[in-house]
Amino acid sequence: MATIYIDNKAYTVKDGRNLLEVCLQLGINLPYFCWHPSLGSVGACRQCAIKVFKDEDDKKGRIMMSCMEPVRDNVRISVDDSEAAAFREHVIGWLMTNHPHDCAVCDEGGSCHLQDMTVMTGHSYRDYRFTKRTYRNQDLGPFLNHEMNRCIQCYRCVRFYKDYAGGKDLDVFAAHNHVYFGRQQPGRLENEFSGNLAEVCPTGVFTDKTLKSHYTRKWDMTYAPSVCQGCSLGCNTVAGERYGSIRQITSRYNGEVNGYFLCDRGRYGYEFVNSPQRIHQPAIRPHHNGTPSSDWIVAQAADKLRNGKAIGIGSPRASLESNFALRQLVGADHFYIGMSDMEHDHTALALKILRDGPVRTPSLHEVEKADMVLILGEDLTNTAPMLALAVRQAVRQEPMQDAIQTVHIAEWQDAAVREAMQDKKGPLFILHTFPTKLDELAARTQRGAPDNLARIAFAVSHALGAEIPAVNGLNDEERELVKEIVQALEAAERPLVISGYGSGNDAYMKAAANITWALHKKGKQPMLSLTVPECNSLGLEMLGGHRLDSALDVLRHGDADTLVILENDLYRRADKHIVDEMFRLAKEVIVVDHLYNPTAERATLILPAGTFAEADGTIVNNEGRAQRYYQVYVPKDQVQESWRWFLQIAEKAGIPRLNGLQNLDDIVWAMTVAVPALESIQELAPAADFRMAGQKIPREPHRYSGRTAMLANENVSEPKPPEDVDTPLSFTMEGFRGEPPAPLIPFFWSPGWNSVQSVNKFQSEIGGALHGGDPGKRLLEAHVNGRIPFFTEAPEPFVPMPGHVHLMPIYHIFGSDELSMHTSGIAGGAPEPFVIYLNPEDLHQWGASPGTWVNFEVDDHPYTMAVEANNWLPRGIAALNAGIRGAEVVDMPQCIRFSNVRTETI
Amino acid sequence: MERPLTQHITFPPLGLRQYEAVGGYQAARKAIRHMTPPEVTALVKESNLKGRGGAGFSTGMKWSFVPMDVSGPKYLVANADEMEPGTFKDRWLLEGNPHQLIEGMIVSAFAIQATESFVFLRWAYKAAAEEIRKAIQEAYDAGYLGKNILGSDYSLDMHLHTGVGRYMCGEETALLNSLEGKRATPRAKPPFPQVSGLFGKPTIVNNVETLSYIPHIVNKGAAWFQSLSHTADGGTKIYGVSGKVNKPGAWELPMGVTMRELIEEHAGGMKNGYRFRGVLPGGASTDFLVEEHMDVKMDFAGVAAAGSRLGTGTMVVLDDQTCPVGFVHNLEHFFAQESCGFCTPCREGLPWTEKLLWAIEQGQGREEDLALLASHATLLGPGNTFCALAPGAMEPLQSALKYFRDDFERHIKEQKCPYGDHIH
Repeated sequence: MATIYIDNKAYTVKDGRNLLEVCLQLGINLPYFCWHPSLGSVGACRQCAIKVFKDEDDKKGRIMMSCMEPVRDNVRISVDDSEAAAFREHVIGWLMTNHPHDCAVCDEGGSCHLQDMTVMTGHSYRDYRFTKRTYRNQDLGPFLNHEMNRCIQCYRCVRFYKDYAGGKDLDVFAAHNHVYFGRQQPGRLENEFSGNLAEVCPTGVFTDKTLKSHYTRKWDMTYAPSVCQGCSLGCNTVAGERYGSIRQITSRYNGEVNGYFLCDRGRYGYEFVNSPQRIHQPAIRPHHNGTPSSDWIVAQAADKLRNGKAIGIGSPRASLESNFALRQLVGADHFYIGMSDMEHDHTALALKILRDGPVRTPSLHEVEKADMVLILGEDLTNTAPMLALAVRQAVRQEPMQDAIQTVHIAEWQDAAVREAMQDKKGPLFILHTFPTKLDELAARTQRGAPDNLARIAFAVSHALGAEIPAVNGLNDEERELVKEIVQALEAAERPLVISGYGSGNDAYMKAAANITWALHKKGKQPMLSLTVPECNSLGLEMLGGHRLDSALDVLRHGDADTLVILENDLYRRADKHIVDEMFRLAKEVIVVDHLYNPTAERATLILPAGTFAEADGTIVNNEGRAQRYYQVYVPKDQVQESWRWFLQIAEKAGIPRLNGLQNLDDIVWAMTVAVPALESIQELAPAADFRMAGQKIPREPHRYSGRTAMLANENVSEPKPPEDVDTPLSFTMEGFRGEPPAPLIPFFWSPGWNSVQSVNKFQSEIGGALHGGDPGKRLLEAHVNGRIPFFTEAPEPFVPMPGHVHLMPIYHIFGSDELSMHTSGIAGGAPEPFVIYLNPEDLHQWGASPGTWVNFEVDDHPYTMAVEANNWLPRGIAALNAGIRGAEVVDMPQCIRFSNVRTETI
Repeated sequence: MERPLTQHITFPPLGLRQYEAVGGYQAARKAIRHMTPPEVTALVKESNLKGRGGAGFSTGMKWSFVPMDVSGPKYLVANADEMEPGTFKDRWLLEGNPHQLIEGMIVSAFAIQATESFVFLRWAYKAAAEEIRKAIQEAYDAGYLGKNILGSDYSLDMHLHTGVGRYMCGEETALLNSLEGKRATPRAKPPFPQVSGLFGKPTIVNNVETLSYIPHIVNKGAAWFQSLSHTADGGTKIYGVSGKVNKPGAWELPMGVTMRELIEEHAGGMKNGYRFRGVLPGGASTDFLVEEHMDVKMDFAGVAAAGSRLGTGTMVVLDDQTCPVGFVHNLEHFFAQESCGFCTPCREGLPWTEKLLWAIEQGQGREEDLALLASHATLLGPGNTFCALAPGAMEPLQSALKYFRDDFERHIKEQKCPYGDHIH
C-alpha cells in the first residue's frame, strides 16, 4: 500500500496501479479516453492530465498524464489544479475541432463517453472556426456502423481489435490529422469479437448496426440484467427493450466471467426474440378457431396430462426453474434430459469430472491468468468464443511477466509491455483435427483423428502419473510432442487444460482430467476447463433425468403416449428418423416454446414460452456458476415463463408436486429442497420482497420518455405499469435511484457517466469485482482429494472401419447455435448447410467428387447430402457442420455407410 | 584549427583503403584489441561528448545505461533521418566520409556490446545511401564488420535502412518503431531504449555527427576533445547557416563560436539589400533569437541561456523582407503534416495553429487569434504532448509572437500581409 496526496488529501491506495485508476476508484471524476481497464494505458489522448508535484514545497508542479504515472508512496498530485483543468478542457477543444457535433442524429448520443467527458471538462465554447476534415465511411458488414467523422483518434478500436482480440482486418491508416481507423477495403469485419468496438469506442464511430435497425436511445429502453444464451460460458449481458421488442444487447460487466466484453454471437444473437416466428398465442392442433384463453388452454393441457401417460422432455436451453417445473409436473421418473445422447454423455462426464475430481475449474478471469494452456479437441473460437479470447490473454502471461521483471514496467503500460514482449508467447499446445484460430498463438499444434490425438493426451497423463497406463505405439514425433507438453506443464505455475464437446469425443475430456489430476497429485495447482454444449447443459445435468433414447423406448413399449416438450427442437437432438418415430408414437404432443420449429409443427397443443427477455430464470454455465437472468419486459400476448405454464397446469391437473408454488422464489425454494446440489441458488440474488429504501429497483432510466404517450393510440389513460411479483425489479422508471446489488443492476449509469464507462462507479476496484462481489454462485468446487479414479482406458488407434466413415461435428460460432441464427447478420456468416466433408482420397474411393450428392444410411434409413473435400480430415473420418438449421443427421459422432453415390453435381 | 570531423571529406568520399591511409579504422583496432567495452564508454563519458542530434544528452552517460549482463541481441542505430528543416550537416558527413561513421558505429557498438547495427537513413538521401552501402560492404570485406572482427571475439553486423521520409523518425523511439516495421509513433519513456529499444532489446540510438566523433575521441583522448572547444561542451561542431546570407553553408568550428562570427564571417553576412531580423539557431524547432543575441556562444548552455536551443546547430536566418508570419506558417505547415497523429494536442493543435497563421497571412486574422496562438504555444509544451515534436514546433511560434508581434498585429489590423504576396 502507498499513501498519496490528491489535492492535499491523503489516501491509502494499492501499489502497482496508475494514478488514473486510483483516482477513478476513489470516485474522483477524471476524464479519459484511450485508457481502458482491460487494454491498459498508452498516453495517446492526453485527457487525464493532472498536476504532479515534486514535494510539499513545490507549488507549481508539472502536468502529467495520470494514466502513465504509477502510484508512488507520498506522491502529491492535484486534479483540481487550474492549469491541469484548463489543459483537460483544451484537449476536448482539440478533439472537437473535427468532431461533427451531430449528437442529435448519432446513435451514441445519450450514452456517449465523449459527451460525458466534454461536459465533465466544462468545454462549451468553440474557438475553432475553420473547416472540419471529413472521411469516407466503410461498410463493415451487418454488425457495426462506421462513421469516421466522429472519430477522436483514441486508438482504442485497434488496440482492442488487433492487440486484444487478435483481429487482422482493422487497422489505423495515414498520419497527422488524417488518421483513419478502418479496413483496407470495405467489408465484413472478420473477428468474432468485433461488436465490442461499439462499447470500446468512446463515441459514435463504431455503433451497433442491429440497434440502428430499431433504434432507441439508451434512456428510452427498459433493461434487465441478463445472461447470454449463446453458449455454455454464461456471459453477463444487459438486454434493452422498447415497444415490446429487444433493441440491443450489451455486455454486463462481471469481473469473474466476461469482464467488459462479449462475442458477436452473444451480442447480436438476440433477434430471435423479435422474430416473426415467435409463438405468441396458445394453440390446439389441428387448427382450432380463435385464440384460446389461458385458462381454457391450461385446462386442456391438464386434461391431456391426466388422461395420458405423460413423459417430459427438458431442455439445455431452458432455465433450471422451467426444467424443474416440468420434472415435477410429470414426475422425476418420467423426466428425460432433452439433449442428444452425445451431449448428455458428454455433459454427464464433465459434471462427474468437475464435481468429483480434485482439480478446480477456472472462471474466464482465472483462465486469463494461466501461464500454460493445453487444448484438447476444441476449436474454442467456435464452441466457447469468450474462452478463446481469455486464452489469447493467457498466452501473454509468461512473456509479459518476464518483460515486466526485465524492463521494470507495470502491466498496464500496454505499449511498453508489448514492445518488450515482442511476439513471444507463453506455451500453448493445441491437439485438434482441424486448424483453429488460436493455432497462430500455439507453440505446437497436432492434427489427426480424435482418437489418435486423445492417445497423445493420455500418454501425457501417463508421463505425469505412473498409475495411468502407458500408451503404446506412438511414433517418434508423437513421443517428442508428449515430452514437450509434459515439460511445459511441469514448468508452469498455473497450467490449464481445456477440453470439451467440440470433437464429440469423450476420450479428450478423460485425458484432460487425468493430466490435471496427475499434476494435482504432484502438488501442482492446475486448472481444468471443460466446455459443454449449451447455456444450461450443466444445470440440466445437475437436475438429472433419463437419456433421450430411452424416451423412444418407452413410447415404443406403450408406457408413454403423451410428450411434454420444454423449449426444445428434438430434431436437433436426434436424427430425423428417430424423432419422426417418436412423434408418430405419441398421441399428444404438448410443446412449450417460443419459436415455431419442426418440433412445434408436430405439437397437438402449443403454449407460448418466454425467452430470456420475457422470463426470469437461472442457468448454470460450464464453470458450474449459477446465474440469474431477469425478465426485461412484459409481453402483450399470452407469452409467459415455461415454469409458470407448468405451475398452472399442475394446479389444474391437481398434481401435488408443485402445490402452492406461485412465483420465482417459490420454485427456486422447491428446487433447492428437491435437489440439494442446487441449494446455494437461493443466495444468488435478493428475493422478490427485497427493497432498497423501501423501493423496488427500476428497470427504466429516470429519463425514460414517452410513457404517457406511447400507448395513447390504444388508450389515452396511461395504463398502470405491470407488477413484477417475481423479483425486486420494477417495470417502471420509479423506484430506488442508487446503486442496486450487483446481481440486480439493470443498466450501468451514474450521474455524469451516461455511457458504459460508468461501470467504474460500480466496481470495488477498477477492473475488479463489482461492489459486493460479482454475481453468480459456483455450485461446483473441486473435491479436496478427489473421489474418482484416473481414467485408464486410452482409445485404440483410429482405424477406418471398412465401408464406413466416422462422422464428427464441426462447430461454427455463426451457424451451430439454434437461436442466434434468427439474426440475419449471424445467418449470413454461417457455413453451407448439409455438406459432408471428406478426405480427398476417401472422396475418390467412394467415387464421389466435390460438389456432388451422396446417399448414405443411418440405421438403414436413407439420407442424402452434398460432399466436399477437406484436406485436414484423416482417412476414414467425415465431418458435418454441426447444428445447422434443418439438418437431418445430427447425432455425432457416429459411423455412417455410403450407398450408391451419385455424381450429379449440385 | 583542427577539423577532425570534416578534414577528410571528399566527393566522392574516401574508399576504405584511402580512409585507412589517413588513419582510418585505427580507433576500431585500438578499441577492439586494446580496450574493454567499459573503458570505451568511460572514455566517451570523460570527453563529455554531447549528442549532436539536438537534445545534447551526454553520449557516454547514455551508453552506460545499457545493461551489460543480459544475454540476447543488443542494437546500435545511427539516426541519419535528418529532416529538420534547414539542417544538412549529417548529409555532409554521410556523403563525404561514410567510413568515419561506420568506424564510429563499430566502436560504439563494441562499447555497448551490440550484436547488430543499423543506419536509419532519410529516404531522400539517395547519394548517401549509395555511399554507405558501398562502405559497409568494404568494411565487411576488410573484416571490420561480420564475425570475429579483427580476429577478436567481437562480431557485429551492419545494415542500411532507408526510411520513407517521415520527420517523426528523427525521434528515436518512433525511429525504432519504424525500423521494426510499425507505424512511426513515439514510445513512452520509461522504459528507455537503452533497456527496451529495437525489438524490445537494449538499444542505443545516436546521431550521425555524434557517432562520427567517436573514432577521434578514441584515437586522441578526452582532453584533446575538450581542448578543441571554446566552452565546457567539448569538441568541434558542424554549424550551418541558410537564408538570405552571402555564403550559406556548413562549417566545422570549435564548439561555442558566436552567432555573429557564424553569420558575419563564415556566412559572409547578409546579402545586399537584406537586413537581419532573427534566426532559428538550431533548426526549425528552436526559438528565434534576434539582433541582441548576436554574441551568444553557440553551445548548449549559451543558446539555452538566451532562450533557445542549440538543436542541430544549423541556423535559418530571417531577413527583413520575408514575412515572419508566412515564415512561421510555413514551419507549422511542415510540423502539422509531420505529426504522427498519436496524441491529441499535436495532431489537432498543430493544424489549428497552421490554419490560424494562414488566416492571418491571408488577411483574415482576428484579434483573438493571437491569444489562441499564444495559448497553443503554452498548451503544446513539454510534458503535455506525448513527444517533443509539438513542443519543438511551438518554439518558433512562441518566439515569433514575442519578437515579431508588431508584424502579427499589422496583419490583423490591415487585413493583409504587409510584405505583399508570397508564394508558399
